[in-house]
Amino acid sequence: MYKILRNPGHMELALVAGIDPQSEGLARARALGIPTSLEGIAAVLADPEIKIVFDATSAKAHMRHAKLLREAGKIAIDLTPAACGPYVVPPVNLGQHLDEPNVNLITCGGQATIPLVYAVSRVTPVRYAEIVSTVASRSAGPGTRQNIDEFTSTTARGLEVLGGAEQGKAIIILNPAEPPIMMRNTVYVIPASDDFDPDAVVDSVERMVAEVQRYVPGYQLKSAPVFDRRSTPWGERVVIAMLLEVTGAGDFLPPYAGNLDIMTAAAWQVGEMFAQHLLGVREEVAV
Amino acid sequence: MKAPRVTDTTLRDGSHAMKHRFTREQVERIVRALDAAGVPVIEVAHGDGLGGSSIQYGFSSTPEMELIETACRAARRAKIAVLLLPGIGTRRELREAAARGVQVVRIATHCTEADISAQHFGLAKELGLETVGFLMMAHMRPPEFLAEQAALMESYGADCVYIVDSAGAMLPADVAARVRALKERLSIQVGFHAHNNLGLAIGNTLAAIEAGADQVDGCLRGLGAGAGNAPTELIAAVLDRLGINPGLDVFALMDAAEYIVAPIMPYQPIPDRDAITIGYAGVYSTFLLHARHIAAKFGLDPREILVELGRRQAVAGQEDWILDVAIDLVRAKQQAP
Repeated sequence: MYKILRNPGHMELALVAGIDPQSEGLARARALGIPTSLEGIAAVLADPEIKIVFDATSAKAHMRHAKLLREAGKIAIDLTPAACGPYVVPPVNLGQHLDEPNVNLITCGGQATIPLVYAVSRVTPVRYAEIVSTVASRSAGPGTRQNIDEFTSTTARGLEVLGGAEQGKAIIILNPAEPPIMMRNTVYVIPASDDFDPDAVVDSVERMVAEVQRYVPGYQLKSAPVFDRRSTPWGERVVIAMLLEVTGAGDFLPPYAGNLDIMTAAAWQVGEMFAQHLLGVREEVAV
Repeated sequence: MKAPRVTDTTLRDGSHAMKHRFTREQVERIVRALDAAGVPVIEVAHGDGLGGSSIQYGFSSTPEMELIETACRAARRAKIAVLLLPGIGTRRELREAAARGVQVVRIATHCTEADISAQHFGLAKELGLETVGFLMMAHMRPPEFLAEQAALMESYGADCVYIVDSAGAMLPADVAARVRALKERLSIQVGFHAHNNLGLAIGNTLAAIEAGADQVDGCLRGLGAGAGNAPTELIAAVLDRLGINPGLDVFALMDAAEYIVAPIMPYQPIPDRDAITIGYAGVYSTFLLHARHIAAKFGLDPREILVELGRRQAVAGQEDWILDVAIDLVRAKQQAP
């Protein structure tokens, strides 16, 4: 919501709908004079002017919403792990699914780490990619907590489908330290062969980080990729380790909640692309 | 005092010290020996639980489901248990373990994050498994706080909740207060899992039993992460001397430790320099070998890394922070005049 208000692009925020009268987000929207509704999806369906819907409910709710939105001719950008439509990570495949009625943003860990795995796989084939996403306890809401298996399995699948890894694995850790930690992600990649050019990998990763920074300014690697030798199921092999920190923009959520910020930043980017496509705008979205 | 139920976790916590390289033959021999000596529950899994085989924690050299199946076939009386850390393992692996004959699942979360375990307890109960909740790194929060987290696990379907001293950082009075707080708050059983980083594994286990713990953990020869765990054969001898032996064959356990486990151990876990640092700094015991590996690569003292991890309040499973801290320490040294 704040991202669209701050930079509407070719979008206009027409409605914020929820079902919880106590919702802080709805209260803030009302205070800003944005139309709100407690009728949830029904209010969205009732307005024919609404073309693009960001759904940040739950996987279960989205399964139901996906069908209703498709029948109403609206585009759904799915921020839940439901994954009814194809996965989208802006710098990897944004633009390939603009005629789909429904696209899925995987998970926050996926949005953060898939670009880095893709950056390696576009240079050398990847046998295995593993990510460890560590987020502040306070930034993990009830949705994540009750569906933690969906986070790991959806992220792992995203590493394969979009990251280009033959096999993916994802781990999530919640850390309750005070003051809260910034979102941290460690990305490990095992190339299919040790015979690859490390300089090409480093270069590709650096370019990708710069691309993501365009829409998530707080996205940065802690150091250049670290090359280590480890014992693996494929023998002793080179493992590339990348340490990533994501600081949120602090629009609504505190800066440590980089995990939530990267989702909303990706959602904005995807929404803008759809808006331009619908309007027939020719200029490229500033990715 | 009443006799506690003893769970042996040589084949799970010991997996850390073994760098996750237990073989089927070793699992079969150890399970047979423990079973014959009257140990009622035997835990078998990757050290970080189901699905733990990874770059982050180390790959299993034999797929864990094969080891689990071997254990289930070898046990005549004992129940085979597995560990599951939500965020690492999932319900998919739990279903597979249950299909291979596992009867008990121990579901572990950091001691402030019990609410990520509801779906796993739910499935475990659906599958008809006995369930144990593990509150890890329990030295980091006071007794009353832990009791609330334990109550959440009870509400999800736990049959028992453990106070887990993952860092081996507790003193006997810390253990007693935590066990007592859970006993008062819960209507289910309470357990305690020790690490020997401060040389207190047996003493703390005794303090837990005196405070009313219904279940305790041990490993043959103390084979486990950090300075290892309370040795199962030692728990048996001490309980026997206390007159509360729950049916364990003390000499048979000594023999299993001496002739089956000791010869395959890569080293005897003891409270040495780095392990004491883990207890002292209050960090996760499994960081030991990973910190040594990274310290050697970057020319650092493992203790510097471990103390900094403690200061940053690292929790279970954050092995990747070791590399992070090492990079920061090297930078700080380069910048220092």
